[in-house]
Amino acid sequence: MTKEEKREFIKGILFTSPWLIGFSIFVIYPVVASFCYSFCYYSVIQPPRFIGLLNYKDLLTDPIFWKSLWNTFYFVIFMIPLGFVASLSLAMLLNTKVRGMAFYRMIFFVPSLVPMVAGSILWMWIFNGEYGLLNNFLIKMGIPNPPNWLMDVNFAKPAIIIMSLWGLGQTIVIYLAGLQDVPVALIEAADLDGANWFDKLWNITIPMISPVIYFNVIMAIIGGFQIFSQAYIMTGGGPQRSTTFYALYLYQTAFEDLRMGYASAMAWILFVVILILTMLVQRISKESVYYHGG
Amino acid sequence: MKKLVVFLFATFLAFQSAGCADKEQNSDTVKVTYWEKWSGFEADAMQAVIDLFNSRKFRNKDGKMIRVEMSTVSEIDRRLLTAVAGGNPPDVAGVWTWIVTTYAEKGALLPIDDHLREAAITEDRYIPVFWEICRYKGKMWGLPSTPASVALHWNKRLFREAGLDPNTPPLSIQEFDEMAEKLTLIKLPGQDKAISFYELKTRTNYKNLLGQGMIIQMGFLPSEPGWWPWSWGYWFGGKLWDGKEKVTADGPGNVKAYEWIRSYSEKYGVENIKRFSSSFGAFASPQNAFLSSKVAMVREGVWMYNFIDKYATGMDWAAAPFPSDGGKLKDVTYAEADILVIPRGARHPGEAFKFISFVNTQEAMELLCEGQRKFTPLKNVSEDFYARHKNPYIRVFRALAESPNAFITPKMVIWQEYLRELNFAYEMTRDLKAEPKKILSDVNKTMQKRLERELEMSKRSGEKR
Repeated sequence: MTKEEKREFIKGILFTSPWLIGFSIFVIYPVVASFCYSFCYYSVIQPPRFIGLLNYKDLLTDPIFWKSLWNTFYFVIFMIPLGFVASLSLAMLLNTKVRGMAFYRMIFFVPSLVPMVAGSILWMWIFNGEYGLLNNFLIKMGIPNPPNWLMDVNFAKPAIIIMSLWGLGQTIVIYLAGLQDVPVALIEAADLDGANWFDKLWNITIPMISPVIYFNVIMAIIGGFQIFSQAYIMTGGGPQRSTTFYALYLYQTAFEDLRMGYASAMAWILFVVILILTMLVQRISKESVYYHGG
Repeated sequence: MKKLVVFLFATFLAFQSAGCADKEQNSDTVKVTYWEKWSGFEADAMQAVIDLFNSRKFRNKDGKMIRVEMSTVSEIDRRLLTAVAGGNPPDVAGVWTWIVTTYAEKGALLPIDDHLREAAITEDRYIPVFWEICRYKGKMWGLPSTPASVALHWNKRLFREAGLDPNTPPLSIQEFDEMAEKLTLIKLPGQDKAISFYELKTRTNYKNLLGQGMIIQMGFLPSEPGWWPWSWGYWFGGKLWDGKEKVTADGPGNVKAYEWIRSYSEKYGVENIKRFSSSFGAFASPQNAFLSSKVAMVREGVWMYNFIDKYATGMDWAAAPFPSDGGKLKDVTYAEADILVIPRGARHPGEAFKFISFVNTQEAMELLCEGQRKFTPLKNVSEDFYARHKNPYIRVFRALAESPNAFITPKMVIWQEYLRELNFAYEMTRDLKAEPKKILSDVNKTMQKRLERELEMSKRSGEKR
């Protein structure tokens, strides 16, 4: 490194130092600390005490841990494809040339601006079994005994999935940006070749927006595994633990039971699960994601 | 230029620290910070006591005046935990009962035994259950502020309409269940007038009719308001642990209580009850099940009067001890209290105790409890207090708290987890998912394991400390 390069390097470090310091204090330190605490008995108030792999061993025989993991997988498995279909379909509709499109786009984006607590309370009313908006609609549609959504073991998770679809505004916007980047020339060429709507979607649109799909799927996996607020506010994890998602159980363990070591171990398991899934998606993406000029 | 900036910054810091030190050393006042968990009229009542304390101009040992300043803090358990861990707690905190055990065990509170001795505050001044709430492992960790007990509340108008004597409460669970059947109204399809479940069950195909009909009023629901589903066993002679190392969730009293809960689902139908319950609004609202006269009888605390007064003005109601199984146990109640504690790391513990002891004088306690419309935890009560008190049944709640059958939240370090397990067991029972005996036996197994692990860990940590 020349003298000039060294000087530039130091300048660069100095300019980025506020971020570097913040990142080290608020990200790196907590991450390293939580890894250490996962091998400790730690209640925040008392100093941590090293207990080896006991937290991880206890987790393996904890039925709520497994139940919460299953609930979260259930949510992610249904939420990702449903979210993909719903957001891409809506983005395609919002990509058409219709009068007042800016207004329609706004309508679909606005729900994602509503704070989660307010949204959850609103959906509690919508899902109310007796006078909820949804059940009134279903009764009018000829379904005489609609489910008691949030109080029914079989419908509480689907209810939270439905509610989560409501907040897809940001994903829709990202898809919309991707769709607008699809070269018109390719579509016109396909039209000349007599391709139908599905052919164009399958052979041009989806491959061209595959990097966007890849990004959204990764974000959906990460977000899906962190689902918390809806269950915390709307169901408290019930009925019968059917909505005790992983993050909710982690929160209860850490902040209600003061078992920070145990909760840290849970957090690291969650990290490993998300990492494996992300790597899996990345491997699949190598063959199926098309990058312009890449 | 660089030197000038460094000089200015250093001068600024020097002035700052000198200013702070000067303020601390020369001030004639010691500020005691107090965190209150209540807001609204309950916080106003505490503020009145604080104003009284401040007006008396009490002084500490150094002759400095003590001044208490209150802040209302929501989710006090979590905030207090963070504050203690961060080394910046308030001097006094008003906390929930269960916090005393957990926080004392984890070393987050200061024991107050020495202060109590010095101030000559002794057990005999209190209703025993409230002194007991503040004690853990032989030490005292706080003193009560406002106490509470729970009782049966019933809607006298609905009693009259059902042909029951509105002035005679049930004396046993069995009598209570029969009254609840008479108070439960079902609207059958095509009929204008609702009939009682008591009458409906005399018909041969009543289960079919019940399935087609709609519940429009219930005599009682074990899940309303759903705050202490874990506690029903105590009305059946049950206990949740032996006070030491054994969890007793599957004891006969608890099993009997859960079978009783199950009987309500079997009798009225799980789905029917759920559909009916969905029509209830928030607790503190006119849509509350009891306040809107949808449920005729509830087990509620002394605070219920405040909500009746606010949201159901003119309601004809009464309160009495909730009956026990076969009427064998008299005056069973769940006793609770708000507790004033000194967190570890408090800057002015001596002054903090001075305030806590002031709250526990008869004068201040009566002012506080009248404002919050509760009874006092002290044995000495003035007749004026009762004469002024707005709750017409305040003596009922006080007598219940004095009963030998008054019980408190189990003082277990794992209480929060145990509570979740019991709530889960309650839901499984209510939804007829499994037999109570089996459900409670599972709870017992899980919690016994957890208790043993926690006892082992806390023993090891204690050794280290």
